[in-house]
Amino acid sequence: MGKDVKGRRDFIGMALGGFTALGGIGALYAMKRSWDPLPSVKAAGFTTVDLSAAEENVLSVEKWRGKPIFVLKKSADMKKDPRDVVVGSDHFHVSIGLCTHLGCIPAYKPTDHKFLCACHGGEFDASGHEIFGPPPSPLEIPPFKIDGTTLVLGEAGPEYKKMLDAGLTV
Amino acid sequence: MKELKIFGIVAIFTLVLYWGVEPFAHSQMHKHVDSHGFAYDGTADIAEAVTAEKNDTAEAKKVFWGDVSKISALKGDVAAGEAGFATCMGCHMEGGVNMGGVIPPVLDHAGAIYDKNYLIALIKDPAMATNVDHKYADTSTHPMGSIKMMMTDDQQIADVVAYMMAKKAGEVTTKEAFSEACGRCHAMRYAKTTQLGDTPTFKHEKDTLAHKIKVIDEQSLVKAYMGKLPPDLSIIIRARSAHFMETFVENPQGQMAGTSMPRVGLSHAGYEKVHAYMTEIGDPSKPAREALGPWVLLFFTVFTLLAYFWKRSMWKDHY
Amino acid sequence: MAKFEKANSIGEWLDQRLAIETLKKVMNTEYWIPKNINFLWAMGMVLAATFGILVVSGIFLLMYYKPDTALAFDSVNYTTMTEVGYGWLWRHIHGVGASLVFLVIYIHMFTGIYYGSYKRGRELIWLSGMGLFVAFSAEAFSGYMLPWGQMSYWAGMVITNLFSGGSLEAYGLVEWIRGDYVPADAFLTRFFMLHVFLLPLVIIGLIVLHFGTLRIPHVNNQDGEEFDYAEAAELYKAGKVKESKVIPFSPVFLSKDVFVMGVYFILFFYLVFYHFEFAMDPVNFDPADGLKTPAHIYPEWYFLWSYEILRPFSKDLGLVLFAISQVIFFMLPFLDRSPNVAPASRRGLFKYWFWILLIDVIVLTFMGKLPPTDALFANIGLVAAVLFFVLWIALPFITKSEKKL
Repeated sequence: MGKDVKGRRDFIGMALGGFTALGGIGALYAMKRSWDPLPSVKAAGFTTVDLSAAEENVLSVEKWRGKPIFVLKKSADMKKDPRDVVVGSDHFHVSIGLCTHLGCIPAYKPTDHKFLCACHGGEFDASGHEIFGPPPSPLEIPPFKIDGTTLVLGEAGPEYKKMLDAGLTV
Repeated sequence: MKELKIFGIVAIFTLVLYWGVEPFAHSQMHKHVDSHGFAYDGTADIAEAVTAEKNDTAEAKKVFWGDVSKISALKGDVAAGEAGFATCMGCHMEGGVNMGGVIPPVLDHAGAIYDKNYLIALIKDPAMATNVDHKYADTSTHPMGSIKMMMTDDQQIADVVAYMMAKKAGEVTTKEAFSEACGRCHAMRYAKTTQLGDTPTFKHEKDTLAHKIKVIDEQSLVKAYMGKLPPDLSIIIRARSAHFMETFVENPQGQMAGTSMPRVGLSHAGYEKVHAYMTEIGDPSKPAREALGPWVLLFFTVFTLLAYFWKRSMWKDHY
Repeated sequence: MAKFEKANSIGEWLDQRLAIETLKKVMNTEYWIPKNINFLWAMGMVLAATFGILVVSGIFLLMYYKPDTALAFDSVNYTTMTEVGYGWLWRHIHGVGASLVFLVIYIHMFTGIYYGSYKRGRELIWLSGMGLFVAFSAEAFSGYMLPWGQMSYWAGMVITNLFSGGSLEAYGLVEWIRGDYVPADAFLTRFFMLHVFLLPLVIIGLIVLHFGTLRIPHVNNQDGEEFDYAEAAELYKAGKVKESKVIPFSPVFLSKDVFVMGVYFILFFYLVFYHFEFAMDPVNFDPADGLKTPAHIYPEWYFLWSYEILRPFSKDLGLVLFAISQVIFFMLPFLDRSPNVAPASRRGLFKYWFWILLIDVIVLTFMGKLPPTDALFANIGLVAAVLFFVLWIALPFITKSEKKL
C-alpha cells in the first residue's frame, strides 16, 4: 500500500478517535453534574436563629449545613470585639463551633469566658480568638445576615462582608 | 446489495414486533373514548344513561342540559351578577374549611379556567353538572346541592356566570389553575402541596407533625366523601397517556364508569394550564431533554459518518 | 525470577512485565475473523457496548437510589428524575438500554440459528450465550423491581408465585425467595443486591467465557465454510489481504463494528430522547400498592413469548411447558441432527423450520400482551404455543433427514 494512502487512513481513524473523545468529554460533564450537591441540599443551606431569646453568657448551639454554630450573647463584663455581631446594643459572638486545629467542638466555660477544645487542648476567648495551644486561627464566622433580631445563616449580609474584607474571618 | 437486504429483513421484523407490542396492543387494551373538545352539553351523560338503560335518568338529563343551553343563551348582566356572586363567597373563599367532604374551591380565576356552560350547569344542579348524580338519591344532597334552593332564577344564574366570565378571568398561573381545579382532593407531594395547600417548612419537628396531622384529618374527610383518597398527582403525567388524561378530565365517567371523581368543567384553556403544571412537576426534565436531544443525535450521526469512512478505508484493499 | 533489562520506553517497560505486545496480537491484530461476514456479526460488540452503557448509567442511578419500600419510588422518580443533574438521562438510557439489549440478543440468537453457528465444535458458544440470555433475563427482572411501582410489585408477586410449582404448592419456597409473605422490604433489598452485584458479576464471567469459547472453533461465516485459519493468517500477514479469507479483529473487523454501533447508537439515543415510553411502562409510575392490581399487567415485551406459553394451559401444564420453553433453546445443538453447517436457506426443511419458529415467537409475543379475555386472541395464543412445541419435537426428525451438502 502506498504511503499517502496509509496517511489518509490514519487521519480518518484519528478524526474518529478525536470526535469520540469529544463525546466522552460531554459524558464526563454530565457525570460531574450528577455528583454535584442537589438543589434541595443547596436550598436547605439557610438557617434562621432568633437572637431575642438569647441569655447573656449562655452558649446556644444551632445547626447549620450540618455544622454546630455557636451563638453567645456577651454580658457587660465581656470584652467587645470587631468580630461581634451587633444587634441594637447587644453584642453576640457567632462562629462555626469547630476548632480550627482539627475540627473538634470546643466546650464553653462560662466562668472563664473561654472555649476549650478537649482534643488537643486549644483555647479560644469569648470572641473566638485563639489564645492557647495548636489552633492556628480564630474560630470561623459563618456567612450571616442580620434581619431585625433574627440572624440568617448562609446569606452574606453587609456586616459579614465587612468582616470578610477586614480579614477577621476566612 | 446483499447486506442491505439482510438489514431490511431485520428492520421489518423489528418494526412489526414493535407495532404488535405497542400501538396494536394498547389499542386493544384500552377503551376508546372520544374527546369532545372541552365542550359541555350533556351529550355524553345522556348517552351513558341510555346505554345503562336508565330511561328516567336519561330523560332528566335531557331536560337539565336543555335548560342549561337556554340559560346560556340569555344575556347576563355583569353588575347584577356581582351581587349574586356574593352568595358564593360565603363558602368559596381563600382558606375555606371542609364542608361536607371537601373544601369549597377558590373561584378567583373561575372565568379563566372553567367553561361557561359548565358553570351554569353547576349552579343549576351541581350533582348533574359534575356527572356524579348516581352518588346521590336526591341531587340536592350534594355538598353544594343547597345552591338549587338559593339560586333559582335563570336570569340570576346567567348574571352570576357572566360576572365570573368577565371579572374572574384574569391572568392565571399554571399552579393556581391546578390548585383551584384539582388541589382540594389531590395532593402533589413533588410540589410539596397537600389538600391544605402548600406545606410550610417548620423549624421544629413538633410543628411539622402537627401540620401532618391536620393534613391527615383533611384527607380522612375527603376519603370518607370520595370512597377512597384521590391519588397524588405528582407524576400522573407519566403514568397516564395524554389522551387518557384529556378525556378523563373532560368526563371521568367516560373512562371509569362509576368513579366518584366529579367532572371539574375545565375549559380547553384551563386544561392546558393544569396540564402544563402537571408536566412542570411530573416531567421537569422535558425542556432539558428536548434541548439536548438534537445535539446528541447530531453527534452520533457525525460519528457514524466518520466510522463509515474509516471502515471503507480499512476494507478497501480486502476485496 | 526472569532477568529484566532496562526499558527504553513505557511500552517496553510494560511489555517486559505484562507481555502487552503478545496480548495485543492475541486479542487484536492477530485475532483472526473470517472475511465472509455481514453486519449481523457485529451484534456481539453491539451487545458488549450496550452492557457497558448499562453499567455506566447504572452506576449513576445507584448514587441516589434507596432500596427501601418506603423510599425507593421517590428516590427514583423524584430525586433522580428531578433533582440529580442529568439523572433523567441516566434513567432513560438505562430503561431504553435494558429493552434494546434484548432486541439485540434476539437478533444475535436468531443469527446464530440461521447460520448454524451452534453446531459441532461450537456448542459451548451457544450454551454460554444462552447462559447470558438467562442471566440478562434475571438482571432485567430484578432491575424491574427497583423503582417499586405497580408493575414492579405485581411482576414480583406473579413471578415469585411461579416457584410454588402449581399443585406442588411450595409456598414455603416462595416465601423463602421473598423473605416475607408478600414482596416487601426484604424482597426489594435482596433483588437490589442481585441486580447491582451478584448478577452483573455472573454476566461479566459469562461474557469472558463466551469470548473464550470462540477462540478454538473460531467465528462462523456466512457460508458455514471450513478453512485453515493458520494458512489464511499467513497469507494475510504476507500482505496478500485480497486472497486471504481472514481479517484481523483490530482494526479491520473493528472498523465495521464501530460503524454498525454508530447506526445502532442513533436509534438508541433517538429512543432515549424522543420515544422512551415503550421501555418505561406508564403503569410503573404509579407507586406499588399491595391492595390493588392494575387493570392490565403484562411483562416487558422480551418476556411475552414465554409468558404466553404459560397462559393458555391449565396451571400445572402451563408451568411445565413454561419451564421447558425456558430451557429448550439450550438443547438446540443436540436436537439439530444435521451434519451441515450452512445458512438455513440451503438446508431444506430447516429453512421453513427457522422462519416458522421466528414468526411463531413473534405471534406469541403479540398475544402475550393482549388481554386474554378476548376469545380470538386466546385461541391464536393457544395455537402458537402448541406450534412452538411441535416445532421443537419435529426438529430432530427434519434435520436427520437433511441431505449432506
